[in-house]
Amino acid sequence: MGCMATEESYVLAIGTKKGLWLATSQDRQTWSMSGPHFLMSEVPSIGIDTRNGRTRIMVGVRSEHWGPTVAHSDDLGATWTEPEQGAIKFPEGTDAAVERIWQIYPDADARPGVVWAGAEPISVWKSTDGGEHFELNRGLWDHPHRSEWGAGYGGAAAHSIVVNPSGNNVHVAMSTGGVYRSLDGGTSWEPRNKGISAYFMPDPNPEFGQCVHKIAADAAVEGRLYAQNHHGVYRTDDNGENWESIAEGLPADFGFVMLTHPRRPGTAWVVPLKADGERIPPDAKLAVHRTDDAGKTWKRLDSGLPQGEYNAVLRDAASVDTAEPAGVYFGTRGGSVYASPDEGEHFTEVASHLPDVLCVRGAVVSAALVPGAPVPA
Amino acid sequence: MADISVVLPSILQPLAGGQSILTTPADGAVTVGILLDSLAGDYPVLARRLRDETGAIRRYVNIYVNGDEVRRLRGLETEVAAGQEVVIIQSVAGG
Repeated sequence: MGCMATEESYVLAIGTKKGLWLATSQDRQTWSMSGPHFLMSEVPSIGIDTRNGRTRIMVGVRSEHWGPTVAHSDDLGATWTEPEQGAIKFPEGTDAAVERIWQIYPDADARPGVVWAGAEPISVWKSTDGGEHFELNRGLWDHPHRSEWGAGYGGAAAHSIVVNPSGNNVHVAMSTGGVYRSLDGGTSWEPRNKGISAYFMPDPNPEFGQCVHKIAADAAVEGRLYAQNHHGVYRTDDNGENWESIAEGLPADFGFVMLTHPRRPGTAWVVPLKADGERIPPDAKLAVHRTDDAGKTWKRLDSGLPQGEYNAVLRDAASVDTAEPAGVYFGTRGGSVYASPDEGEHFTEVASHLPDVLCVRGAVVSAALVPGAPVPA
Repeated sequence: MADISVVLPSILQPLAGGQSILTTPADGAVTVGILLDSLAGDYPVLARRLRDETGAIRRYVNIYVNGDEVRRLRGLETEVAAGQEVVIIQSVAGG
């Protein structure tokens, strides 16, 4: 670990309602901040792509006045590039326009250059050039269910994209619509929501229409995914065919966040909120909960977190990095950001009084990129 | 032949090479839509700030021709006469 500290640094990208901040650290406990970048534009999506020996930060930026766009930086935010014709735009004939980019998801190391995106209106996109140009996924856009998908409070969007190591299985979660699965790399899609409740509908167990807030794949068990639902926390062990509750042991089953460990099977994190009608931490005590046994038991983690917190943590305002031990990061709608260098055991405050935090992404980067970082011998 | 002027808000001027006014020669009247199309050729990022990919003027972008906001005229079909000025202003929005 001591060796790693001199060769690697950490970057934490914080997207807020009014711009982007970038924090860097050598130890994930003290942080240097730059920003705001894109002041007065919201940044609801960030992807940090460390493949190809390059650190590319991609951001979905949206101005109330000037609309959404995607920009990227290969120098930790010193300069930003925006493709002239726009990275994500609906093709002619769809009669649709991008409202907001909700997700930017770099694919696996085995598929360098592939980046997925999820957007509002509900749509999935794929880039093969490192996030500079995306193609609309026609299979999902032309799905016969599309006219029946609805809008959650934040808008109708595809917000979660999970691709398995081979690239054949793609799971998408949308609000509202639930989980859709493709077994052919994204060509065709079927709903996979059996066991996930939609208590707010006349039939609480529909084929689709659930308000799944976030899904994440287990690091090492193929076909195992976790879901934080609009009330309900679930796991599937059969690639989405059946979902079972893993909410027992949590103080509440509502929330937005679902994170999984980069390598260790069975480890996931949630940030519970009390209820749909009471979107604050239970008893106003902010805490992360981690399972190390795929949801059988949960451990409350609140060291370093404030007690007396009335702000929610949104679905993408949380992240893990790929270090050992993994770092855990999250931000609140009250503009506070916390980092843990030890998988949630201890948190320190990275920032406070920022605008509402919409998206957080942490990554391990080469120390050479970070000003002031020790240069390896 | 008289120029048509397009006056940009300061926040968009970096997308037009720092210019505050773009001028285009015109023999006669052209529509706002055609004017924006021609602007997109030279300044595609600027054009995307004003209209979405369906061609619609973004909700909080206001375009004035001779002092009138084009939504109260004929929208993108509003004609701009040679010598007239088109002013682009963001509306008061956000929080």
